[in-house]
Amino acid sequence: MAEPMGFFTDTSVCIGCKACEVACKAWNQLPARNGGKVPLTGQSYDNTVELSGIQWRHVKFIEQFSPDRSSGRWLMMSDVCKHCVQAGCLEVCPTGAIIRTEFDTVVIQSDVCNGCRACIAACPFGVIEINPETNTAMKCTLCYDRMQAGMVPACAQACPTHSIQFGPISELRQHAEARLAQLQAQGVTQARLYGHDESILGGLNSFYLLLDDPEVYGLPSNPQLPSRNVAPSAGLSAAGAVALGLLGLAGLRKRRMDQLAAEAREQQEGDGSHAG
Amino acid sequence: MPDSFFTASPEWRWWIVFYFFVGGIAGGAFAIAALLRLFGREVDRPLSRLGYYIAFPGSIISGILLIADLKRPERFWHMLIQSETFAPAFKWWSPISVGSWGLLLFGLFSFLAFVGALAEVGILPRGLQALVQGGLGAAVNVLGGISGFFLAGYTGVLLSTTNRPLWSDTVWLGLLFLLSGFSTGAALLILLSWRQNPPALAWLKELDAWVLGLELVVLIVLLATVGMAVLRPVLFNAWGVLLVVGVVLVGILVPGLLHYRPLLGRLTVPGAALLVLVGGFVLRVVMLLSSEAA
Repeated sequence: MAEPMGFFTDTSVCIGCKACEVACKAWNQLPARNGGKVPLTGQSYDNTVELSGIQWRHVKFIEQFSPDRSSGRWLMMSDVCKHCVQAGCLEVCPTGAIIRTEFDTVVIQSDVCNGCRACIAACPFGVIEINPETNTAMKCTLCYDRMQAGMVPACAQACPTHSIQFGPISELRQHAEARLAQLQAQGVTQARLYGHDESILGGLNSFYLLLDDPEVYGLPSNPQLPSRNVAPSAGLSAAGAVALGLLGLAGLRKRRMDQLAAEAREQQEGDGSHAG
Repeated sequence: MPDSFFTASPEWRWWIVFYFFVGGIAGGAFAIAALLRLFGREVDRPLSRLGYYIAFPGSIISGILLIADLKRPERFWHMLIQSETFAPAFKWWSPISVGSWGLLLFGLFSFLAFVGALAEVGILPRGLQALVQGGLGAAVNVLGGISGFFLAGYTGVLLSTTNRPLWSDTVWLGLLFLLSGFSTGAALLILLSWRQNPPALAWLKELDAWVLGLELVVLIVLLATVGMAVLRPVLFNAWGVLLVVGVVLVGILVPGLLHYRPLLGRLTVPGAALLVLVGGFVLRVVMLLSSEAA
C-alpha cells in the first residue's frame, strides 16, 4: 500500500473564493444544480449551499457578527469528504461499492452502487448524497484518478491561498501542528485541529485547522461509527425473540393444562354419575 | 446539538415504511404459525396454515418494496452477489447486508411452508405435506420461525446502525419493531380467522395482549433513553402527537382494553385486531419519517 495521502485544510487562510468548488466540478464533470438556474439563497454569500452528489466540495460562509453588525467576521471553510480511517459509509455498504484505495482514501464505485442509501445515513458528516444523473451515491474521490497519475487533486491545485494542502498524511500533520503553534503564538487561542489524530474515527485523512468549535462549522464534536449500536440492538432483539417464544409456549402449555383439567373434571363427573 | 443532527437524510420514505410494516407482519405471522405447528395440537393446523399463507406473499411484497426503493433497482442483486467477482456479498456487521440474506432465507422457508400448506388442503400433491409435517416440517418451521423473528426485528437494528437523529440515538428500536411485528402478525391472524373461531383464538388474543403491554414498556424506555436534546426537535411536534394518539392510544391501549372488555360487541375481536394493525403502521411511519423530517 502506498503512503496514506490526504488534505489538510487551514480555514484561517480560506478567502471563500470557491475556486476549489469550480475545479472539482470541472475535473469530475459534475453537472450544475437545477440546470444552472440557481436562485440566490440569502445565506451570506454562499449560493452552493451544501455538499451533495454533484457538489463534492463546498465552501461554507459562517457569519459571526454583532447584532448591530458593527463588528464581526466570516469563518470560511472548504468542506469535503473526510476519508475517515474508520469509515462509517464503507462499513455499512452492502454491495462492496465503497472501497478503501491504496492511498488510504475512500471511494464509491459508481458502477457497483445500487442506490440503497445506507452510506448516506451512516456518514456522521452528512457528506454523501445521490447524484441525480447516475442515481448512485457520490462524494469526493480525493481525485483518485489524478492521484494514480501522480497529480495533485484539482481542488488543492486550484486553491490560491494554500488553504487546501495535499500530501502524505504524516507530513500534513507536521504542517498542521506548526501552523497551530504559529497561530496560538499570535494570540489566536481559539485555533484548534480537528481530525488530525486518532481520536476521531481513527483519524481523518481530510483534517482541519478551525478557528472556533467544530459545531460552528457544522462538524460533529464526537462522530462515531454506526456499528457501535449493532451488538446491543441485536442482543436486545434476540432476547426479545426468545422471550416471545417462551411467552407463546407458556400460553400453549396453560391451554393444554386447562384442557387436561377439564377432561379430568368431566371424567370425575361421569364416574360420579355412574356410581350414583 | 447532538452529533446525529449533522448528518444527511437517506430519504427512506414510503416504500420503506410499507416494507417495515409488511415484513414485520410476515415475520410475526410465520413465527406464530411455527409455534402452533411445533407445540400446538392438530386442531390448530388451519390457523398455522393461515400464518404460512400470510408469510410467503408478505416476503414477496417485501422484496418488491425493497427493490422499488433502490435508486438503481436493476442492480438489486448486488446486495447478494458481488458484481465483479460473482462471489457472495455478505457483511455480518452491516444489518442491511444481513437483512438482504435474511429476507432471502425467510422467503425460501415461507415458500416451502406455503407449498406444504397447500398440499395439506389438497391443492398440491399430498406428498408435499412433508414440508410442514414430521421431521422436515419441524426443520422448516424452526428455521422459518427464526428467520421470521429476524425479519420482524432487524429493521429496527438497521435504523440504529446509522448516524441519524432518533434512530442512532437508541438501541431499543430493534426490540420495539420485533414486538410490533409479532403483535401485528397476531392481529392479522385474528382478523382473518375470528369468524371461524379457531381453538387457538383465545391463546392468540391473550398473547397479543401481552405483547402489546411489552411494546408499550419498550416504547417508554426508548423515549426515556433517547434524551430531550433529540426528542425536542424530532418528536415535540405533530409526529409526537401521532405517536401518542396513533400508536399508544389507538394501537396499544384501546385494543389492549378490548382484549379484556367486549365494548364493541360482536366486532370487538376484529376491531381490536384492526386497531393493532393501524398502530403498527403508524409506529413505522412516525419512527421513520420523524427522523427524516428533523
